[in-house]
Formats: sequence, structure tokens, C-alpha cells
Amino acid sequence: MSTITETRTGTTAVRIDDISKVFGRGGGAVTAIDGMSVQVGEGEFLALLGASGCGKSTLLSLVAGLECPTTGSVDVGEHRVAMMFQEAALFPWLTVGANIEIPMKVNKVPKAERRKRVAELLDLVRLTGSERKRPHELSGGMRQRVALARALAQDADVLLMDEPFGALDAMTRDILHDELERIWRERSLTIMFVTHNVREAVRLGDRVVLLSSRPGRVISEFEVKGERPRRIDSALIAEQAAVITDRLREEVSRHA
Amino acid sequence: MPETRSRGDAVQGLDALETQPERGGDERSVAETAGRIWAATWPKLAAVALVLLAWQAVVWSGWRSEWVFPGPDRVLPTLFGEITTPEFWEAVRVTMRRAFIGFALALAVGVLLGLAVSRFKPLRVAIGSLITGLQTMPSIVWFPFAMLLYGISESAIMFVIVLGAAPSIAGGLTSGIDYVQPSLLRAGKVMGLRGTQRYRLLIIPAALPMFVTGLKQGWAFAWRSLMAGELLVIINQQNSIGWALSQARQLNDAERLLGYIIIVLVIGILIDVFFNWADRSLRRRWGITR
Repeated sequence: MSTITETRTGTTAVRIDDISKVFGRGGGAVTAIDGMSVQVGEGEFLALLGASGCGKSTLLSLVAGLECPTTGSVDVGEHRVAMMFQEAALFPWLTVGANIEIPMKVNKVPKAERRKRVAELLDLVRLTGSERKRPHELSGGMRQRVALARALAQDADVLLMDEPFGALDAMTRDILHDELERIWRERSLTIMFVTHNVREAVRLGDRVVLLSSRPGRVISEFEVKGERPRRIDSALIAEQAAVITDRLREEVSRHA
Repeated sequence: MPETRSRGDAVQGLDALETQPERGGDERSVAETAGRIWAATWPKLAAVALVLLAWQAVVWSGWRSEWVFPGPDRVLPTLFGEITTPEFWEAVRVTMRRAFIGFALALAVGVLLGLAVSRFKPLRVAIGSLITGLQTMPSIVWFPFAMLLYGISESAIMFVIVLGAAPSIAGGLTSGIDYVQPSLLRAGKVMGLRGTQRYRLLIIPAALPMFVTGLKQGWAFAWRSLMAGELLVIINQQNSIGWALSQARQLNDAERLLGYIIIVLVIGILIDVFFNWADRSLRRRWGITR
């Protein structure tokens, strides 16, 4: 309980205000997001949950500033935003260390400083000693941790995650939930975590925001109960997940 | 904190299980290395021996008189005699200099063309298919025009080499750039890679394997164009491999003629070995093959 109250006392880190996003024009126009408002508190772990077509990836692109909303506004204040995807998308021709250095090169961090921070970040994701390995020598879970280290190398305090563990097996995912939670706390990150896995959302989120599909809208919000670290197989998680799953099913059957 | 410790152990344990165990050292015994080299070499040696044998057999069959079609027993000694003369090395030097200068020119033109086409949409629409068309053209058809433009000169040969090789190089570069994985492009965008830095750190390295394939193909075209050029465009009796070939024909010196054909083959093979090595080490680095 303490974590939730602690992290929720702060100010808003990300303010998404009545945005809509329309792709294309005229008859072929597709409304991906329609009138969505979400606020993410400083240091909050927000899970965004929705079926296909809820515009969750679009939403993250808007927050990352990769695209502009058609109407409405996204405000991240002074925060720096980093993003992670389902694929680690590491550069295969670079070593692990050199991959993590890329965002620092973009930010013109001097070389000695880069080396030091690569070592720190590798330590943080428990990959000390893998600096000279190449991405293809790593397992899927290890690659995602390198991707996490690379995202943190952007000096970001807001982390957007688009189904980052979607392609991993259950045991690896379970362990990475623990790891992500630890790093989120240690680094006081604000996280927006998109998933279609209800239990994962409840396992990780302070709050779960449920999105409708086509167009994407917020349909409801759930405060997650239970002290951290939660276990994904605990009764408390299962109970809350069941409620959310019912609500999600209701939403999906609307499209039948 | 026992709990954190055990979690750390779980992470490390899973990592260890999911990655391949380190292969036991790189130090192989001398005998093992020798065995490896032998295993890679003997089939090639056997193939060469077989070709020589077949060649000799045809000669022995009396299909053509020996002064037109000599066997390896006469060609190889001539060849070995030839490679000790300074004229031979002069010919090779002139030809290889032309090849490298021509290829370097083609490289410069191809890279500029490839970058321009991949950068500017209208340009691609305008000349994209023209580049593919040029690749299919036998470059020898350019020689009459090249000789009209530049006369009997090095420039005529260079002109044809560039026309033959540059389209392949440009094509390799543009398709390399076109097929950079979208996930990598997105990751680059998220990290704020822009402008020249985006090209230097992401696009160019990602396009490199296909670019090398284009280079290899470009080299093959350059080499063929050069050989055709040296046979057609003979500049002031200047010594070169092509000139030596046509000389040998005029003097009915079949032994020297076949010797130089073998030289052309050997040079082609050596350059091909180099490109294959570059290609393979790139792919290994990229993790495309192990």
C-alpha cells in the first residue's frame, strides 16, 4: 500500500488531454483515438489495457512525440521520454555496450562518461560482463534488458513500454516483471505500460486503464490493490484480473 | 536482503540456461588445425587435378592439332616461364591498376547515385527502373560509343567499367537502405537519431550486407568490361593482359594464350575469395549465420 500512496502524492508527469488521432483523409480516414484523456502521476506505474485496435501504440507514439494528435494536447512537461517495443530492436552489428552507447552519442556524452554509464546500466539490468557480446548471442529476455538499459541511457524518467514482454515465455516474463519493478523503484521512473495481458497489467500497474477499440477511448479505470511485489499467481491478482477481464469481454463483444 | 539476492540468482540462472555454453576455448591443437585445412583443401586439389586430366585427355584424343590446342603439359611450363618475366608483371600491373581505378570510380558514382535515389522519391521514380535496366545490359555494347567519345584511350575503358559496375553498386546500396528493418528505424527515431548521424550510426551499417553483395556483383561486371575493353581498345601497344591475349592469338601462340586465360581465371577467383570473406565476416558479425 505504501508504494501507491507514496507515488501518487506527486504531480502529474504526463497529461493527455482530450486527444484524438485520425489517420488519412476523407472517406478512407480512420479514427484511431477519439477523445482520450489520461493523466499519469509522477512515479506512477500505469498499465494500459485494451484489445486490438484500441490505439494503444498510437497513444504511446503521441506521448513520445513521434506523432502529433489531430486534436487535443499531450504535455510531458520537462520530462524526457524513452520507449521500448515488443522487439528489442538492438542494432545487430554493434556489441551490447555499443548499443547502449547510441542514445548517449546522440546526446553528445563524452566517451569516458559513456563507458562508465554503460557499466552502471549493465549492472542495473544484471548483465555485467555481457558488454562485448553481440545481440544474437543473447536470449530474448536478455535482449529486452539490454533494450531497457538503452532506453534508460536516454536519461529518460518517463518510460513508454509497448508490450515489451509479449514475445517472451512465461518464466522469463515473470522474472522480468520483478526486474522492471525493481528498476522502476530504484530509478523513480514513471511508466506507461501497454499490454493485452490482464494479469500482467494487474501484476505491474498502480492503476489499470481500460481502453475501448475502434476508436480508442478510456472506458474505465481500476486502482490495483495489493502490496508490492505482487505475485502474478496470487489470489488477489486473479480476483482483480477477473473483474477487468469481464469488463474487457463486454467491450470486445460490442464489436461482434 | 535475501529476497533480492534470490531474484538476482534467478535472473542469472535463466540467462545461463538460455544462452549457449561457451565453446571450449579457441586453442585448437596443431594437428586439428592441419586436419581442418586438409579437409578444406583436398577436394579443391582433386578438382584441379580432374580438370587437368580431362584437358589432357581431350588433347590426347587428337580432337585438334596440338599447336592450336596444347595440353597442360605444355601450357603450364609456358605459364610458369611467363610469370618470371618482367613483361608479365607489367601486364598484370597495368590491368589491375585499370581495374582498381575503374572500380573506385564506379564505387564513387554508384554510392552517390544510390544515396540520391534512396533519398529523393521523384528521382527513384524517374531513374530507378533505368538503373535496373542498365544492370541487365551487356556492357560491351557501350564500347563503340565510348571509343567515339574518348577515342582509343584509357578513358574509354573507364567509361565502360563505370557504366557496367555503377548500376549494381547503386542497386545494392538502395536495396540495402530500402530493406533496413522497420523496427530498427523506429528504435532509431525513438532514440533521436537524425540527419547524418542517422545515416552514420544506423542506415549505412544496416545496409552494409546488401551493399557488399552489390559491390561483388559490380566487381564482376567491372572485370568483364575491362577484359572486353582491353581486347577491343588497344592503346599504343601498351602491355596488358588483354593485349597479351590478342598478341598471342596473332602469333598463333596457343600456349601463351591459354596461360593468360588461366591468369584471368585465377585473378577472378582471388578477388571472389576476398569478397566472400568480407561477406561472411559481416554476416557472422551481424548474427545472420553462425
